[in-house]
Amino acid sequence: MNEVWNDSLFFGAALTLLAYGAGLFVQSRFRLAVCNPLLLAIVFVMAFLTATDTDYETYEAGAKYLSYLLTPATVCLAIPLYEKLQLLRKNWKAVLAGVLSGVLTSLLTVLAGSLLFGLSKRDYITLLPKSVTTAIGMGVSEELGGYASLTVAAIIVTGIFGNLIAEPVFRLFRIQEPVARGVALGTSSHAMGTAKAMQLGETEGAMSSLSLAVAGLLTVIGASVFAQFY
Amino acid sequence: MKYLKQFAVILTISLLGELLHFRLPLPIPASIYGLVLMLLSLRFGLVKPEQVRETGMFLVDILAVLFVPPAVRLLTVWDVLRPKALAYAAITLVSTVLVMAAAGKATQRALGKTGGDHE
Repeated sequence: MNEVWNDSLFFGAALTLLAYGAGLFVQSRFRLAVCNPLLLAIVFVMAFLTATDTDYETYEAGAKYLSYLLTPATVCLAIPLYEKLQLLRKNWKAVLAGVLSGVLTSLLTVLAGSLLFGLSKRDYITLLPKSVTTAIGMGVSEELGGYASLTVAAIIVTGIFGNLIAEPVFRLFRIQEPVARGVALGTSSHAMGTAKAMQLGETEGAMSSLSLAVAGLLTVIGASVFAQFY
Repeated sequence: MKYLKQFAVILTISLLGELLHFRLPLPIPASIYGLVLMLLSLRFGLVKPEQVRETGMFLVDILAVLFVPPAVRLLTVWDVLRPKALAYAAITLVSTVLVMAAAGKATQRALGKTGGDHE
């Protein structure tokens, strides 16, 4: 069945965009947190590939042209950030306090969880950088001796989950300030959280992109220190 | 030509970020170097906002979609992950909630505003 698109260059990219479009449609019909378009698109693509017995490689042959844009798109997060630079100048202490608390919480909860589940040191290191952007997290994991591919999986699950729970968590913990929401998303769920923050508002998006960069850099240092604790 | 020129600026900064990533021995990706370079270029007037804005905002706008392909790759590591999936998932999920709450709360407190005031 899949011979139809096995050699197609556009199959992967088209499937991704159509799946995201379907996700947006479902979201507009059912206003539920689970109806997050990113999560739905991922599920739709996985379901389609599994149902039609299509290899990931076939999908990736076209989808990699979308992934190619990840670096320039992340670079462009600097543009809304620049336009909100005034806001940062006024709030840099608060942003730093937030990112620092978030990074420490991430490292400490991974330490506690790994002890609780009796994970190996290698598993512990794999999970340490789970909250930061894929390229930093993967690099840290490799550097310190974790399973890089599983770190990537954990990072993605973190991103999807952060995207999904942001609004309930903000309600539950009464986080209403746009600056605080941005910092919370960027620190806890990297660029995927930032994509969500962009949808919440310009201030949220700008603070989130700043936080994802700062959290990434602090995690490089923090994870190296925490790796010694196990 | 506006969009093409803007895309050229963005790709050039991405390239410079990539070169830094290749040259410096730190686990920092090209995209983060690029983000910092773009911010500095805008701040110091090397690049004007109108030289990157529309194309840049288009890319920012589609950012969420760009994460679909790497996430779908989870299908390929599933066999390795399966035995420890439960522990990994539990740690990841609980940790993410706590990190989000801690970062948001700490920021809000440092801003000098407590959440309750707004209700």
